[in-house]
Parts: sequence; structure tokens; C-alpha cells
Amino acid sequence: MDMAALPRAAELARAGASKGAANPRWHPGSKCPLHSEIFAPADDASGTGAALALALDGLRVRGAGKLGQGAEEGAVLWVQDEKARKLSGRPYRPGLPEALRHRLIHVAAKTSEDALFALEEGVRCRDLACVIGELAGNPKALSFTASRRLSLAAEKHNVPLFLIRLDAEPDLSSARMRWKVRAAPSAPPLWNTAAPGRPAWHAELFRARTHTPGEWILRDGNAFLAAERATPAHAPAAPDHGDLGLRAGARSLAAS
Amino acid sequence: MAIWACELALDRWRQAEPCKRGEGADAQPLVLIAETAHGPRIEAANAAGRAEGAARGMMLADARTLCPALQVRPSDPAGDLAFLERLAIWAQRWGPWSAIDAPDGLLVDVTAVAHLFGGERRLLADVTARCDARGLAVRAAIAPTAGAAWALAHHAPAGTILGPEEDIALRLADLPVAALRLDADVLLVLRRLGLKRLGDLTSLGLGVGEGASGRDAIHRRFRNRRSPAANPLIRMDQLAGRVPEPLLPVIPVSAPLVQRRLMEPIRHRELLDQVVADLAADMARVLEGRGEGARRLQLGLWRVDGEVVLRDLELAMATRDPAHVCRLFAARLDHVDAGFGIEMLRLRASWAEPLALAQADLEAAAEEHGTSLAACIDRLTVRLGRDAVQRPVLRASHIPERSVGWQPPLERESAQQEELAFHARPLKLLDRAERIAVLYASPDGYPRRFRWRGSLFDIARVEGPERIAPEWWREKGATRLRDYYRVEDATGRRYWIYRAGLAGDGRGGEPDWFLQGLCG
Repeated sequence: MDMAALPRAAELARAGASKGAANPRWHPGSKCPLHSEIFAPADDASGTGAALALALDGLRVRGAGKLGQGAEEGAVLWVQDEKARKLSGRPYRPGLPEALRHRLIHVAAKTSEDALFALEEGVRCRDLACVIGELAGNPKALSFTASRRLSLAAEKHNVPLFLIRLDAEPDLSSARMRWKVRAAPSAPPLWNTAAPGRPAWHAELFRARTHTPGEWILRDGNAFLAAERATPAHAPAAPDHGDLGLRAGARSLAAS
Repeated sequence: MAIWACELALDRWRQAEPCKRGEGADAQPLVLIAETAHGPRIEAANAAGRAEGAARGMMLADARTLCPALQVRPSDPAGDLAFLERLAIWAQRWGPWSAIDAPDGLLVDVTAVAHLFGGERRLLADVTARCDARGLAVRAAIAPTAGAAWALAHHAPAGTILGPEEDIALRLADLPVAALRLDADVLLVLRRLGLKRLGDLTSLGLGVGEGASGRDAIHRRFRNRRSPAANPLIRMDQLAGRVPEPLLPVIPVSAPLVQRRLMEPIRHRELLDQVVADLAADMARVLEGRGEGARRLQLGLWRVDGEVVLRDLELAMATRDPAHVCRLFAARLDHVDAGFGIEMLRLRASWAEPLALAQADLEAAAEEHGTSLAACIDRLTVRLGRDAVQRPVLRASHIPERSVGWQPPLERESAQQEELAFHARPLKLLDRAERIAVLYASPDGYPRRFRWRGSLFDIARVEGPERIAPEWWREKGATRLRDYYRVEDATGRRYWIYRAGLAGDGRGGEPDWFLQGLCG
């Protein structure tokens, strides 16, 4: 897959704006929600990778809006509870995206209660660029009330929160955007086609307040996030009218 | 000015006893001893003991043969040094700064001070009188250089004064070479060479013609001795003021401390919070006066029954904000047992750092706009512990788990060489690499399939190996090298696995495979 062939964020943004619907399609570079949940399996890092890609995308949007001050250089708080740390390890600084390496603060919480406390303190801190949380399973502490508290605090102080839920069932939550993420085969690299290439994820936005649900293949470019519409696997026959206007020439209705 | 407390250890012992000089227990022959590998050795002997033949540096057994009635007490060198430190601060009454001259002397700078005491002679008389009132036997001397003053205090009649216009070498010529503050073995060498007086060295070292070659001779004899205490030439030059002699002045530092004594012992939490808030406000005022902020605070609660409860607090950045301090202490005071009540509280800032006054936040929205990073880190640290809140920093190592270290989040990162970026690294690293079973084509071929945590992974794409050799300067010889592979399975899950060792490398049996990292 050639990266250049993928639609860039700007093109998608233009497409979204031209429609002007009340519930536009999500596209990279759209307004960063302040509380997202990302459900992912615990035995690979797809959830983490996608969360970081979304977070960086959000930071770029905020940074552009603020003319490069504040959000660009604040620290990033990364909270993990004990079980998540056991299952999927700690963040490894040399492998992190370049923009995050030097400003990561890691919190190793023992219980999920402690992790939730750290998350809430994090979203209350005006100096943080964003907060990333990793919780394993469905802890009792993360009730609807708790997630509502997180949402309200994040919205009040304008600090985005990306909560990665490892091996969890989607339960009640007040997150503004909820994703299901799994790994997708990576784009073949230019030189060694037998090697893994740039990471890609299959991401399904299954609940969102301001956007229509849908599925995407996300790929992390170095300076941008590329998204490609994926056909829903579970309901291939359901007609998806979301991008009819955009790609009427490329696809026939019968094929979808 | 050099002050020599000639009998410091004995004087301290007399004060502890307590008895006057030559009376009570001090009238008997008595020695203070230190335990050594060869048995007890005498550190100090009183006047009666010296008359009987006991001397400093003797073995106790030898002294006992001379005087069987010898009384023995242990010496206390650490206590002596602490006492000397306090004495050095006290001695600043005679000059702007003073330095410790261990083990039993002080050096006080009295440059341009003597006229305040009515001349140098009266200054020395004042020193002797005041030390005598404290029960200390001292000998003091004044000279233009510290070395000369020391030599005069130790080896000249008490109260000697060497004026700035006098010739130092001439006045000191009759003193023994021990006045140079040299090590024992150097003194032995000098005695064997027949150099007993400072005059002998001076005539040898500083004359013209033949004398200059004498200096060369001493220089050759001691040329590999760099330390001043081992090289008589350096000491001679320091004595005469030809080379500078750096001294470390003693500066008293006091920790800011506020306390409240309560009329009525408190037993309830609300009252306690109120008092802690008052203390924090007092502390903020004290710290503000000093232009400092606290990094470590200690709250002591004195209970009526004599118990003391201590609560420590360490902050990520210097602060003196009373509200912040109160909130942090509130979490620490949950399980205080008040017993019959708390009658005194004391707050001490045992570690303070300079903190300039800052303009108050004028932004009206600042109240709404959340906490600062330092406050956030403080709250997390207080609840979760210091080890839980950290940031990763790079360490100089190729071994993946060793190349990242953890340090407190707000500390400055030490300078690092830029990483070479041509290797892809995983997003996350497992705390311990987990063993996997791997199917591979041939001993050196690519891995084809592996089993991890009970499920099978079919490898679709592979990159590697990247060989990382063990760090031979740190590890045992039997450590095996690692071959790292970046793999992706058919569904796109990406991992970082390695094989420890090669088949037939002579460091154990078949190589083991491990999964160490998860790629994004």
C-alpha cells in the first residue's frame, strides 16, 4: 500500500465540511474529543498504538488552533494499573513517537482505584498535554459514575483523556468517543517487503456523540494520521450511505 | 589566628563527668582509649597520667606496665568533631569566618579585626579567657598565614604574635619540622635526613647557589607526593604565603521551624487541621522571609503521654503555598492516634531551596483552570508513593531493558548522546521477557510460528536478526548474545522476539526464544 495514495487529513476534512451534516463522519484532524475509550486486546499493542496515533492527531489539531503554544509542549501522563502492566508491559521510551519521548510521565498504579485517582488528577492539571490510561478488564471501580466524573473533569479543564481498555467488555460509560481497535496488516515498506512496515490498525468507532459510527483502517504517517474506510466485516450487506457523495464514481451501489 | 584546644577530648570528658581540672576523678591518672586492631590505644592522657608516663599513641598495655592504677575511659572522636564544629561557629565572635582544623584546632580569620579588641595581644588574651571560662585549655597564635599561625600555636610559647612586617622564615626557624603539619612517615624521612628544625629546611631550600640545588634535592625526593601533607616543600611555601592554602569556612545553617504549644490538648481532627493550617501559614511567612521554598517538611505531633508522631512530606518542587501543604498533610494525618491528646505541633522544613517570589496569577480563569504540574505530581506522589510516579530516561546501554532508567518526573534529565535511529523499537516492553516456543525453518532461519500465552501465532513477515551482544564489562562470561526479530503475524499483530544464544556457542544447550516487546 502506497502511503501517498491514501486520502490525507486535509482532503477528508474538506469532504466532511462540504457535507455540513449535523453528525459528520469522523476523519483525522477533526475536533479532538476530551474523553475517548479504546477497547483492544491485551496481547498486542494495537490499542496503545492507535491511542497514541489518535492522541498525537488531537495534539496537532489543538496545537494548530493555539498557534503552537501550551498543548504542544506539555507533559503527557501515562497511567497503568498493575494488571495492564503485567499483561502488556510498560511504555518503552526508544520506541515511542518522537514527539512524546521526552515528555512522558509514567504512573504505575497498583489498583484500578489508584489508577482512576491518577487519571482524574491528570485531567485536572492544566499543564498536561493529554492523559493516557490503560486499564485491564472491567474493574468495579470504573462505574458509570466514575467515567462521568472523568468526562466532566476533562471537559472543565480541557485536557484530553484517552482510556485504553484491555480485554474489556464495552459497558456503560460516558466517554465521548468509543473505539474498538484490533491490529491490521501493516503497509509493506519500500525496501524490504518481507518486513513489517508502518503500523496499521483496524478501528471501529461504535459510539460517538458528535460523529456517525464507522470503520477505518488507520495508518500512522510520521506527521499525519491516514485513515481509509474499511468495509464493515460483520454486516457486509448493510448499505453504507455515509460517503456516497464522496466516492460515487469509484464504487457502484451494487458492489457495496 | 590559630586556636589549638590542646586537651579537647579530656576537656569534653571533664564537662561530661563533671569535675574541675585536677580534682575529683581527674586527680587520678586517667586515659581515654580507642579500640584498634592491636588492642586499646591511648588517645589522650590527663596531667596525672602524663606524669606517670602515659602518652598519646601508646598502647594501653604498655602504659599499664608503667602505672597499674591507670583509669580508662573510652574516647569519643565523633563527638569531639561535632563539638569542634559548634566551637568554630562560636569562634566567629573574633572574626568574620572560621574553619575547622581537625582533630582539635580552629582557624579564625582576624584580618583587620584586632583593633576592635584593642590590639592583637588583647585579642589573644580574650580568646584564652573566654575558652578558659568554658573549661577549654587552648593555645592561640596570630600570624599572616594559616600555616604559620598553626605552627606557632602548636610549637611556640602560648600567645605568640607574628606581625605582617616580620620575616616568617626567620621567626619560625627554631620550630621543629613537625610544625609543618606533615604526615608521620614524611617526618620520619626528614628526621633520617637530619632535618630537624624549620631553619634547616629554609637554609637548604631557599638560599642562593648551593641552597637552590638543595631545594631541587628535596623536590626530587618528594616529587611524586602531590598532597600538601606529604610534601614539605608545599607546606613550606604555604607557611611563607608563597602558595595559597584554601580553607573551608564553617557556615551555620538553620532549618526554618515553626511550632504551636496548645493550651488544651486536641483530640479531634477538625482542630488538628486548623492548627496544621496555622502552622503552614507561619511556615510560608518564614520561608518567604528567607526567599526559599520547602522541598521536605516534617510535622511532629507531641502527645500528652510523651509519644512523638512524625509525618514527613517530600515535594517535587520547592513550594511555600500553605493551602497546597495543608492538602498534602491531610492525606498523611488520617491514621494519627491522638491518645490522650496532642499538646504541641512543630513543623520543620529540613530541606529548603531558593524560590523567588512569583507574581500571583492575575488570570481570572486560573482558579477554574486546574492545578499546576508540580502540584499534580505532588498529589500523585503522596498517594501512590515515590516509586509509582516516574519518567523514563535513556541510559547508556544496548540491552533493551537496561537502556531505559526511571527518575523522579520533574528532575532535570542528564545530557545524553543522541540515539541512533536506524533500528525500529517496540512501543512497549514487558517487565520480564516471556519464554515462547518457536518453530523455525533451520537453525539459522527465520522463525515461522510461535506459541505465547497459550495461543499460536503464524508469522507472516519478519525482519532481522538484529544482534545485540552481551555487555562483557558488566555480565558474566556465560551470558548469551541475543538475536532480535521484528515479526508480524497473519492478522497484523506485531511483536519483538529474540533468540538467546546460538546453537553450539558453548554457553548452554539449545537456544531459548523470548518475547520481549509489543510493537504498535
